[in-house]
Amino acid sequence: MDYSLVIALEMVRAVAWLVLLASGLAIIFGMMRIINFAHGEFLMLGGYTVVISARHGVNEWFAMLVLAPIVVGIFGVLVERLVIQRLYGRILDSLLATWGLSMLMIGGVTMIFGNSVTGVATPLGGMSIGDYQVPRYNFVLIFAAIALLVAIWAALKFTKAGLIARATMQNPDMSEALGIPTRWVYMATFGIGSAVTGFAGALLAPMTGVVPTMGVNFIAQSFITVITGGASVIAGTLTAAGLLGSISQGMTFLAGPVYGDAALLLAALVLLRLLPQGITGRIFKKSL
Amino acid sequence: MTKLSRRNFLRSTGMAGAATLATPLVARAQTDTIKIGGLHDLSGALDAVGVPMNQVFKLAIDEINEAGGLLGKMVEPVIYDPQSNMSLYSQYATQLALKDRVDVVMGGITSASRETIRPIFHRYNTFYFYNTQYEGGVCDRNEITLGTTPAQTVARLIPYGMNLYGKKVYTIAADYNYGHITAAWVKRYVEENGGEVIETEFFPLDVSQFGATVSKIQGAKPDFVLSALVGTSHMGFYRQWAAAGMKSEIPVMSTVLGAGGSDQLILTAEEGNGITASFGYFEEIDNPTNKAFLEKVAAAYPDKDWVMSEISEVTYEAVRMWADAVADAGTTERDPLLEVLTSGKTYDMPAGKVKIDPKTHHAIRDVYIAELQDQVFEIKEAFPDSPPADTQMVCDLVENPDSNKHFEISL
Repeated sequence: MDYSLVIALEMVRAVAWLVLLASGLAIIFGMMRIINFAHGEFLMLGGYTVVISARHGVNEWFAMLVLAPIVVGIFGVLVERLVIQRLYGRILDSLLATWGLSMLMIGGVTMIFGNSVTGVATPLGGMSIGDYQVPRYNFVLIFAAIALLVAIWAALKFTKAGLIARATMQNPDMSEALGIPTRWVYMATFGIGSAVTGFAGALLAPMTGVVPTMGVNFIAQSFITVITGGASVIAGTLTAAGLLGSISQGMTFLAGPVYGDAALLLAALVLLRLLPQGITGRIFKKSL
Repeated sequence: MTKLSRRNFLRSTGMAGAATLATPLVARAQTDTIKIGGLHDLSGALDAVGVPMNQVFKLAIDEINEAGGLLGKMVEPVIYDPQSNMSLYSQYATQLALKDRVDVVMGGITSASRETIRPIFHRYNTFYFYNTQYEGGVCDRNEITLGTTPAQTVARLIPYGMNLYGKKVYTIAADYNYGHITAAWVKRYVEENGGEVIETEFFPLDVSQFGATVSKIQGAKPDFVLSALVGTSHMGFYRQWAAAGMKSEIPVMSTVLGAGGSDQLILTAEEGNGITASFGYFEEIDNPTNKAFLEKVAAAYPDKDWVMSEISEVTYEAVRMWADAVADAGTTERDPLLEVLTSGKTYDMPAGKVKIDPKTHHAIRDVYIAELQDQVFEIKEAFPDSPPADTQMVCDLVENPDSNKHFEISL
């Protein structure tokens, strides 16, 4: 009984983790059709923001919840202005440019902070579920993922900015004709996507530690989740993360992490064969 | 493949002699420095390990030159950055052997990189030192292997842990060559000592979430966990283990943590405290050679952000031992150097006493068990003269000098 509870909790946590990992990318890819290959390095930047500011005495929670999204968000806006805005509609060029950016960021962070920085310990400690101990931090991840999705949904659904963003996403030319400055919409969207990624990186930092090259470990999972999810930011991310996270984590419990990884890839493969436009390309088409 | 026989030897040296007579201007003897090649990853995924190795490598060469060089010549390092990229490894190895015509090469970090460059150096008779701890089994007369192998470290760590904690072991290992071979050794040593490996789990190198495993280990209730996890994303295990509050419940030992010189700095003190590891070198080794060595390193690289680890210290050993042999033999030719190196001479190194086993060309060396406390490894026990028993099972270069192979030691 305790064990099944622990397994259930781990599966929910794995789903929450994929949601956090992929949301920023989904915003940028889903709304702008820009493949941000530096996504992993944006995560890394969020992680470094937490670790470096915590070392300078900043409250860890403040650094995770406030500082990291702001820092990476501003960085994202800069990147959009300097690089991405010249590459709209050129999907391969944007891929190449952001790949270069990722190497630049790895090199830059290595130069500034060196190869090894002492991380921050996971806050909150452990708790018991029957005979088992689990980190309380798991609940932070789950809560953060839910809050993030609700916030994106509410922003898109109920605010003027959300309406404009959806209009631009659906038909940029018509939006432009109606007087919407789509350039600024894109800039803001890229900034927000970056901020969300920075937030995910910040939450990741106390679990794994930070090194300049950490991004590469997360980029595959992020892209698989977004591509499997399809064009809708929320419904796509949620369904893809839900499916892939529970399948891979379930397999990890049953047969070990190698099979967990393999199951995730296999599930994504089958889904994309059946639904080439992603899950929300056919089902939940009208959702956000 | 050319066999090393008297006839071949005479023919090739004869031809080399004729070539020397015919083209005296390009002969090796004409160079006015002794060249030593260095192949360490200075960028890419492995730079955190490669940069310290290269710094120590250069320091050792500077030391030799400050003392007047070798055979009346200065020693000149020829350094390339293979960028953690195997095709660059083979390109630079060929360049070192054929274009730069170096007298010896040090380097290669992963087994993959070593198996890329080792056959190249073997083919061109360029003397080669490999200075990384690895899974054992290289049998090549042209290579001197100074790092520790599982029979030197795992063989000590397992009985130590079983004495201290109990007989039930849970193994978690990286899912590639090193992890699988190490896990097999762990199983063997645990069983030899009357214990039981209750579970072995392998993790792809990009796994960073260990929640499922942390729960599974709790369910299995081992006496201790043996980790052969590798790389930065696997560091997440130690952190998530601590976050679940398991540090006070089940002890963890590792065959890898501390190998690269910065792992112990990435974990906070509370997360790392109590993790036990075994290597051929730790900074805390208490002997005058080590003290002097660390002082020199600190003076040469005051800004360094890494801890001296086996892999870097052994690189220093390699340069010093080679230089000692050159001075002794009066030449940089490989075969006379090998004769000196395998003559049973014991070298006094920062890591303790080191000598070369003539059968395997691996090091017989002091091995240590240490426990992490406040990001520093405190030495708990030393094991002098530990032989590379694993490689000795498959390799005898005295009997088969032509061997040119990396044996998979099957258990």
